[in-house]
Amino acid sequence: MSGALLSVEDAVVDLPTPRGNLRAVDHVDLAVGAGKTLGIVGESGCGKTMLSRAVLQLLPKKAKLSGRVMFNGQDLTTLSAEKLRKLRGRSLAVVFQDPMTSLNPVLTIGTQLIETIQEHLELDLAQARQRSIELLAAVGIPAPEQRLAQYPHQLSGGMRQRVAIAIALSCEPQLLIADEPTTALDVTIQAQILDLLAREQQRRHMAMIIITHDLGVVAGRTDEVAVMYAGRVVERAPTPALFKQMRMPYTEALLAALPKLDVAPHTPLPAISGRPPDPTRPLKGCSFSPRCRYSAGRCTTEKPRLSPAETQEHLYACFHPIAAGVGA
Amino acid sequence: MLQTASDPLMKVENLVVEYSVGGKTIHAVSDVSLEIARGETLGLVGESGCGKSTLGRAVLQLRQAVSGKVLFDGHDLTTLKGESLRKMRRRVQLIFQDPIASLNPRRRIGDIVAEPLMIAGVKDPEERKRRVDEVLSAVGLDPALVSGRQPHEFSGGQCQRICIARSLVLNPEFVICDEPVSALDVSIRAQILNLLEEMKARYGLTLLFIAHDLAVVKAVSDRVAVMYLGRLCEVGPSEQLFARPAHPYTALLIEAIPVPDPDVRPTQSVPVGEPPSPIAPPSGCRFRTRCPRADARCAGEVPELRVVAPGQFAACHHPLI
Repeated sequence: MSGALLSVEDAVVDLPTPRGNLRAVDHVDLAVGAGKTLGIVGESGCGKTMLSRAVLQLLPKKAKLSGRVMFNGQDLTTLSAEKLRKLRGRSLAVVFQDPMTSLNPVLTIGTQLIETIQEHLELDLAQARQRSIELLAAVGIPAPEQRLAQYPHQLSGGMRQRVAIAIALSCEPQLLIADEPTTALDVTIQAQILDLLAREQQRRHMAMIIITHDLGVVAGRTDEVAVMYAGRVVERAPTPALFKQMRMPYTEALLAALPKLDVAPHTPLPAISGRPPDPTRPLKGCSFSPRCRYSAGRCTTEKPRLSPAETQEHLYACFHPIAAGVGA
Repeated sequence: MLQTASDPLMKVENLVVEYSVGGKTIHAVSDVSLEIARGETLGLVGESGCGKSTLGRAVLQLRQAVSGKVLFDGHDLTTLKGESLRKMRRRVQLIFQDPIASLNPRRRIGDIVAEPLMIAGVKDPEERKRRVDEVLSAVGLDPALVSGRQPHEFSGGQCQRICIARSLVLNPEFVICDEPVSALDVSIRAQILNLLEEMKARYGLTLLFIAHDLAVVKAVSDRVAVMYLGRLCEVGPSEQLFARPAHPYTALLIEAIPVPDPDVRPTQSVPVGEPPSPIAPPSGCRFRTRCPRADARCAGEVPELRVVAPGQFAACHHPLI
C-alpha cells in the first residue's frame, strides 16, 4: 500500500525457547495510513502483541525479526537505538492493557507527564505543566491540576488508563498503538475509553492500531481489520466488508462463538473445538485446519496464502472460503 | 420478600457484608435479598467492586455477614458451625475465575480432583478413583491420560474443566460460578459455557453464575440480578430484563456492550462518571450520581425493589417501564 504512514512488510518474529524455535509472527504484511484506524484481532498467543512490539522495536532481546517496518519512509529495523528512542513517545506512542504496570508507581502523574513532554518537546517546566493540565482535561479527568500531584495508586483503573492515554498523546504522535486498551476495565468504562480514543484519533488525524481479542471492539471503531491466528494474518478487509461477508472460517467461527444478547438463554454456543496449535510445533498445512469444519484435501499439507478475493481490499488465507452470500 | 421462587433452594435475606480497611468501613453488600429456585440458574452481574463476588463468598460462609440470613434448603448457614457447616458445604461448591491459580501446581490432577472426597471421608481408594474417573470423563477429559499429570501441562480451558470436575465430585446441589470464563479466550469460553450447561442438566444443579459480561450471563441464566455498589438494582427473567430493562443502570450496562456489527454505531450516551467509592456510598439511591433521571428524591430515599412487570423487580424511583 503506497502512501501508508506505517507499513509492515513480510515481518517474521522468531523467539528461541527451551522447546525449540517459536515463530510468533509469520510473514505478516500490514499497513495503516494517517487518520485511519486498523484493528488487529486474535486470541491470546496469536502473535498480535509481538507484532506490535516489532513495530515499536521493543521485542525481547532474544527475539529475531526479519522483514521491514516502514514508518514515514524510514525502515525502523535499521535505525539506531538513539534515533528510535527519539521516535518512540514523539511520533510513535503506545497504550498498554494494564495502566497500573505501564505507569511508574513511585512517581506522580505530573512528573510522568512533564518528563515525557520535556524529553521530546522544547518546553520549559511551566509550559510543560500547563500542557499536562490541558491533556488531562482533554482525556476527561476532572480537577486535572490537582491530579498532577497524585500517584497512580490514588486513581481508579479507568482514570489510570486516561492518564496513560494523556501521556501517549502528549507529543502529538502520528501513530498510536493501543494494545488491549480496555481489557482490564469495566464495560461502562470501556465504552468511555474507546470513545475517547476515537475522538482524539479524529481530532489529531492520527493513525491508530487497536489490538484486541474482542470483535465487538473493532466493529464500530476501525476502518480496516486484520484477523490473526497462529502468527499469521488469516483475513484482512475493510471493517464493513469483513462483517458483511467473512470468508475465512476462523473469523466466522470466532464471531459465532461470542455469546450474544439477542439469543435466547440456554441456546448452545457454536464453540470452536480444540485449541490453537503449539507455536513451537508448526503445522505443515493451514494452522486452523485441525479445528476447521471445512478442512479437506490440501488444507493439512499446504499453507494457504493470504490473497485477494472479489475485491483487492478483502484478503483471506483459505482453500475453502465461505462462499459469498452464505454464512454470517 | 417479593421475589417468590416456587421452590427456593437458596434464599438470601437482608444480607449485609462489610469490611474494615485502614479503619474505614467498606459497604460491600448492603441489605441484599435473593431467592434461587431448585434447578434454576441465577445470573449475578455488575462491575468490579459492586460486591457480587463478596455476595457469593458470603453465601458459602467464606465471608462472615454482619447481619442477614443465608437459607440453604431451609438451614440458616450463618448460624452453623464446625462439622454441621462442613456437612452443608459439601452440597455447595465454588468455581473460581482463574483456573490455573486455583489448582495446586505440585499435585497431580487425579489427587486434586480426589481431595474433596478425602476431606469428606471417602476412605475406599477404589471408590474415590471411580468417582474421579467419572467426573473427569463428564467434563470431557480422558482420566487415563490426565490423572497422572500436573496442572502446568494443561491450558487454561482444560484447567477450568479440571476445576469443574473437582467441584462436581461430591455431587453438590448448588454451585457458585464466580467469573468462570472471564480469563479464557473467546473460542474456549464457548466450550466451557456449553460444558456448564451440560453439567447442570446431567447432575441436576442449581447455579449462581457471577460475571461482569452481560452476554455471557444471558447465555446461561434463567433469571438475572444486577448489582451496583453493594445493592441490587434489578432482578428479572433474562429475556425480559434485557429486552425491557427498568433500572437506568441495567439500560446503561446493555448500551455499553460493544456489538460486533459495524452498522451499529457505538453509543455516545454513556455517562462520563465512574462508580463512587464503596467506603462512602451516595445517600439514597447509590446509582444517582451517574443517573440521568436522578432528582432530589433519589438523594433522600433508598429505593426499594418493586414489581415493574411480572417477575421483574427494580429498585428505582423513576423506572424506565
